Amino acid sequence: MKGSLYIPLILVGVVLTVWEVGCRWAGIPDFILPPPSRILTVAVADAALLLPHAGVTLVEILCGIGLALGAAIPLAVGMHARPAIEKALAPFLIASQAVPVFALAPLLVVWLGYGLASKVLMAAVIIFFPITVSLLEGFKSCDRNYRVLFDLMGASRWQALRKLYWPWALPYFFAGLKVGVSVATIGAVIGEWVGAQQGLGYLMIQANARLKVDLVFAAILWLSLMGVGLWVLVGIIEKRCLWWKAATGE
Amino acid sequence: MLVIQDLTKRFNGRWIMEDFDLTVPTNGFTVLIGPSGCGKSTLFDLLMGIVPMDRGQIAWQGEPIANLSTLAAYMQQRDLLLPWLSLEKNACLPAELSGVPARERTSQARALFAKLGLENFESYLPDRVSGGMRQRCALARTLMFARDLVLLDEPLSALDAITRRQLQAYLLLLQTEFNKSILMVTHDVDEALLLADDLLVLSAAPMRICERFRLDMPKPRRIDAPSLLEMKARVLARLEKEARW
Repeated sequence: MKGSLYIPLILVGVVLTVWEVGCRWAGIPDFILPPPSRILTVAVADAALLLPHAGVTLVEILCGIGLALGAAIPLAVGMHARPAIEKALAPFLIASQAVPVFALAPLLVVWLGYGLASKVLMAAVIIFFPITVSLLEGFKSCDRNYRVLFDLMGASRWQALRKLYWPWALPYFFAGLKVGVSVATIGAVIGEWVGAQQGLGYLMIQANARLKVDLVFAAILWLSLMGVGLWVLVGIIEKRCLWWKAATGE
Repeated sequence: MLVIQDLTKRFNGRWIMEDFDLTVPTNGFTVLIGPSGCGKSTLFDLLMGIVPMDRGQIAWQGEPIANLSTLAAYMQQRDLLLPWLSLEKNACLPAELSGVPARERTSQARALFAKLGLENFESYLPDRVSGGMRQRCALARTLMFARDLVLLDEPLSALDAITRRQLQAYLLLLQTEFNKSILMVTHDVDEALLLADDLLVLSAAPMRICERFRLDMPKPRRIDAPSLLEMKARVLARLEKEARW
């Protein structure tokens, strides 16, 4: 096991032990705060109930990521190629982040219905901003001397983007994508809270109303695993795309 | 032949150069040497069209041109190799971007690598090889521009003394093997004396040519040759005089 994993594992172990012992010692009922052992039992025993809902949420998140990428990459490229576009759109981009997602969720449900679309858009709205900003910063960080070199080699815009700017900005892009996937669950779950018939957010609302707090926590556990899994997946893709960094020991 | 006349540039009200004239003969090795900050690198930026000139004319082989961006290859102080491309792919970039077929550009690059002592390192990433090898790869890339005129902006300044001495021989190949016309900027008097046909000592800004030294000795030269030692003393004396100004 890598040394870097020891510290978080020890930390998690300490928190769970204190939580478990605290709940048992104080006699806190399960409908207020269930101990971790109870949550784990429910998460496994009720997997047949939880997994279909988790699948729906995962699809919403993945579609949201896809939609965000589809919008963020062309927009960042456009803003880099034409600074006037950046100047024109910057206030709207910032405003889109200033509006709380809780305020947007009911509107999106009204406009797009209770189905998948509103949740996908909610997730995309949250993911879109960090990816766009990171990618744009990556493009802008490209060393002037390299830009001059490509100009002197007679590179077209497309050639410069493909051969220079895109590989240069990839580490920034992945930094933004990691932030994006780790907050993507928020968008999807809020969308499900406001109006849905399936998904972990929907299940949490239903379980909460019946004081099944252990099921709420089990849903949160699955949601957390999903977030960590996506983070790890992005990390693996990043390593594959930035293979030259590993090869040079960076 | 490259002829530059009345080249003038001001930055923030300060004259960098005023009515600067320069001639680089075909297949000649012209070296510019001068105090730091005198505008040597700016001269190259102006010639390549990276920075617009205020006034001046440039002519290549008798034809007036706006700048040298499409006529000259430019090698800068840093090797500027892309860390995600192999040495061979880095060297091939100018040919690739100008549409030379893959097989043709690869065989050109391999021939250059053999001449520059880089054979068997084609697939290496830049960060896995020494500074000298990186600079040789940058030199191969410069040659892949397939242009008759080459501008060298202190191309060896970041290297240690021994590697520098080795690479000077490769720079000489530009003239002897590849028949290029070369305009180089350097701080190193020894390097200038080893490579130059014409050595031009520059003044502090506004930059002008203070003295021209013609070096007719055959190449490769030895830096301890009496004629070069005598020339070195004269060049250093002139540079010291300029530094005092």
